[in-house]
Amino acid sequence: MRGFVFLYTWFFRATPTLLQLLFVWDALPQIWHGFTESWFTPFLAASIALSLNEAAYMAEIIRSGLLSVDPGQELAGRALGMSRRRILQRVIIPQAVRIVIPPMGNEFITLLKLTSLATVISVTELLTASQNFYSTNFSYEEAFAAAALYYLFIVSILMFFQSRLEKRYTFTSARRRVRNAPAVPVALSHDAR
Amino acid sequence: MSELRGHDLVKYYGDLEVLRGVTFEVAPGEVKVIVGPSGSGKSTLLRVLAGLESPDRGTVTLEGRAAGPGEVGMVFQRFNLFSNMNALDNVMCGLVEVRRLPKTDAREQALAFLDRVGLADHHSKFPDELSGGQQQRVAIARALVMKPKAMLFDEPTSALDIELVREVLDVMEALARDGMTMVVVTHEMRFAHHVASSVLMMDEGRIVEEAPPDRFFSSPKEERTQRFLALVE
Repeated sequence: MRGFVFLYTWFFRATPTLLQLLFVWDALPQIWHGFTESWFTPFLAASIALSLNEAAYMAEIIRSGLLSVDPGQELAGRALGMSRRRILQRVIIPQAVRIVIPPMGNEFITLLKLTSLATVISVTELLTASQNFYSTNFSYEEAFAAAALYYLFIVSILMFFQSRLEKRYTFTSARRRVRNAPAVPVALSHDAR
Repeated sequence: MSELRGHDLVKYYGDLEVLRGVTFEVAPGEVKVIVGPSGSGKSTLLRVLAGLESPDRGTVTLEGRAAGPGEVGMVFQRFNLFSNMNALDNVMCGLVEVRRLPKTDAREQALAFLDRVGLADHHSKFPDELSGGQQQRVAIARALVMKPKAMLFDEPTSALDIELVREVLDVMEALARDGMTMVVVTHEMRFAHHVASSVLMMDEGRIVEEAPPDRFFSSPKEERTQRFLALVE
């Protein structure tokens, strides 16, 4: 298992995403003819390639998250007589989740923008759609502005959920009070000079 | 009959022999304090007694049998409170996850033990929001709530600011007065003097000397103990 995971993350992080997309769409059907049938759409091929690629990066993020939990936490769990599984469920994973949220947020944003590569296997993704628009009426600014707005909108939604998650995995008793607290502490809010 | 006993314990870390045939026992209600230089095997002995490490040779028994989960409590130098849980959940955790108690019962018992270490008011605080001394007291409550037959303390005050040491030692002294069987690795010589039934000197993986505190501190027999005490005091 360890060897497989190493080879997997090595391969998918070391080769360009573009190559992986082209490989899944162009080379897979030659290797296995089942992929030549109509159900194998460019969209499905892009989904498979980007998922395989993203999984490699996610695996690294999760691994580093788990590793960065203080080993003393596991020791304390074992001293109480908790099983390995319980320690993982109740102690290690919740703490690793907190560590992993920001880099995972980054990954999702990167993934969103990588979808523009899928144009090479004729998926009409967001950027291609905007190109199709200006190729008929030559209004470049509008097309690009619209595409940018869509990207901004989707990323904003991702960021919103990320910050919700981060709040949920902040381990302080004040995490619910924080929202109502004044942005500037009262003592500092007026300048005495 | 001895309560907690380690017989002829040998432990290697790689090629390094950390314990070289240690035989150790503590009777019910006794408090044994272990002192010695760093690297002498004190912490390893505690970890083996707690069942956190298995010895390469020798056996550990509690009342003549293998200890069950939570029967030997352990308190760590760096507290090791679960940082994703508040004080109450830390103390409840063993009761719920190991003893399988219903949450309402576990909560009630946990609050009682937090009260015992003087922290009932702080039950909803997370480890980050507690001082080192408070964290260590919660850690003691977390171990005590399992109703252990013996409690092991691995340098429980070494990571604390000096003004916070007292509150932890007070809790430990009260525990000793209540008749808890305790093994304490510490550099707090006054605690050893006042509370210990006997004091052990460890060096290079062996117990060099064991004596009641009066004799241990006033007229140690071994040259190694004399040298160590001269440095600490």
